[in-house]
Amino acid sequence: MSADLLAIFYLISGVLFILALRGLSSPETSRRGNFFGILGMTIAITVTFLSVGSFSSGLIYVLIFLLIGGLIGAFIAYKIPMTAMPELVAGFHSLVGLSAVFVAISAFLNPEAFNLGSPGSIKLASLIEMSIGAAVGAITFSGSIIAFLKLQGIMSGSPITFKGQHLFNALLLISIVVLTYLLCSTQSPNFFWILLTVSFLIGFLLIIPIGGADMPVVISMLNSYSGWAAAGIGFTLENSALIITGALVGSSGAILSYIMCKGMNRSFFNVILGGFGATEQSTSSGNKEQRPVKSGNAEDAAFLMKNASSVIIVPGYGMAVAQAQHALREMVDTLKKNDIKVTYAIHPVAGRMPGHMNVLLAEANVPYDEVFELEEINNDFANADVAFVIGANDVTNPAAKSDPQSPIYGMPVLDVEKCKSVLFVKRSLSPGYAGIDNDLFYKENTLMLFADAKKMTEDITKNL
Amino acid sequence: MEIDPFIFRLSIFILSIFIGYYVVWSVTPSLHTPLMSVTNAISSVIIVGAIIAGLAGNSDSVFTISNILGFLAISLAAVNIFGGFLVTQRMLQMYKKKKKDK
Repeated sequence: MSADLLAIFYLISGVLFILALRGLSSPETSRRGNFFGILGMTIAITVTFLSVGSFSSGLIYVLIFLLIGGLIGAFIAYKIPMTAMPELVAGFHSLVGLSAVFVAISAFLNPEAFNLGSPGSIKLASLIEMSIGAAVGAITFSGSIIAFLKLQGIMSGSPITFKGQHLFNALLLISIVVLTYLLCSTQSPNFFWILLTVSFLIGFLLIIPIGGADMPVVISMLNSYSGWAAAGIGFTLENSALIITGALVGSSGAILSYIMCKGMNRSFFNVILGGFGATEQSTSSGNKEQRPVKSGNAEDAAFLMKNASSVIIVPGYGMAVAQAQHALREMVDTLKKNDIKVTYAIHPVAGRMPGHMNVLLAEANVPYDEVFELEEINNDFANADVAFVIGANDVTNPAAKSDPQSPIYGMPVLDVEKCKSVLFVKRSLSPGYAGIDNDLFYKENTLMLFADAKKMTEDITKNL
Repeated sequence: MEIDPFIFRLSIFILSIFIGYYVVWSVTPSLHTPLMSVTNAISSVIIVGAIIAGLAGNSDSVFTISNILGFLAISLAAVNIFGGFLVTQRMLQMYKKKKKDK
């Protein structure tokens, strides 16, 4: 197959990938979009096989490794529970990063196969592209591994910080530039290995100071990095499918990071440079006076909801932890039978990744046209009878609007307190991730339901 | 005067960033999780590099370090491709409209 024809096929793949993302603009077109994505990938892989031409014994190994990976991937995709999506995505990012590193090393060791020159005299531009691809890939790999461990709970979700961390990270980043320069001027493999090692280290150090609730930003950021790594390799291989895809994924991740940061009213650098717990603890520890709370049981909650005409449900990470989405849907079904209007309100940063709550509700067969984003539904709280907050906390805290001293001041929050009554399902009165008290707990019209989210929801359903 | 092919690739790259920017802003927030899993799957198109790496060199010795790294990269990328597209498909199947039976 001629190089020109090959390039045209890669271009077609790239266009199909654009259509795959375009399809996600609405749930109706999304399935077709995913099909375009699969088609684009099939074309890219097939023409690559055909271009290599010589059907040597190596081809069998390629197919074997492809099959092994594919089976593992398919198995994971069918088995993974929806609540574990953040971990899965973090884990997948690490694989993209690692394969970028492997391809870069392979190209460095055997540049002839990629038309990049010969070992010791690789073309300058290729060497720079290769270094960028390898470095970003390595950062993506180790960063995603840490994110995965934190999400899985294998590693503590609390920020890990040490003295001089920022300075150290900055020095490492500068050393990447220096190492790339040295590598290009000397062509010595040693600098390539050091460059890779330093990059792995940066990925690790970049993610350990970031706390659990900032994970939506971290995952989006790593998503973006995996794209830039692919683009870097794409430049090395002079492959337009990789360049287009890398650019798409890179900007997609960047936009998601931006949306997540805005959802928390924090700048990107503020998130990257360390969690709430590390910097702003002083404001939370001051006032510890005991205030009275009203707590109730499932019967009280059922009574309140039965007499309501509209209920808004506010899910949060706690719902995912308790796997309460199915029980919740059953409760809502019962409410609907009693002619009560039920809608769902989703804060942009609820959960551990963008859109986390939407997927869980979709899994529980909640129709997506009953689920609303913050801006769409925030005015409805004033007219609703009951707000049912399940596993969310900071995203409902009115202090974000009223208290300039609060660390979350300025963050967009759901106006839950405007409802006639608020039901708060929570295991204890402990503050949320931001380490701050929620005034909502102590309001006259708030009823606290202290229990596991799933158990409480089931009990309420029984009492309806 | 001839233009370096690199400039063409750079043009593709920059324009694709803009396409990505506009396309992703139009993605509905409720599909942000499938967006992440599908971008993850398509970025594994890096497998084309892995295939080239795996088949590089003469056919007598397929087990140079360079080849082996290529094979490993093929497996890693394949996990992502199959896993990413299938899990996206599984998620998208769940997004349904309200049933009209009530």
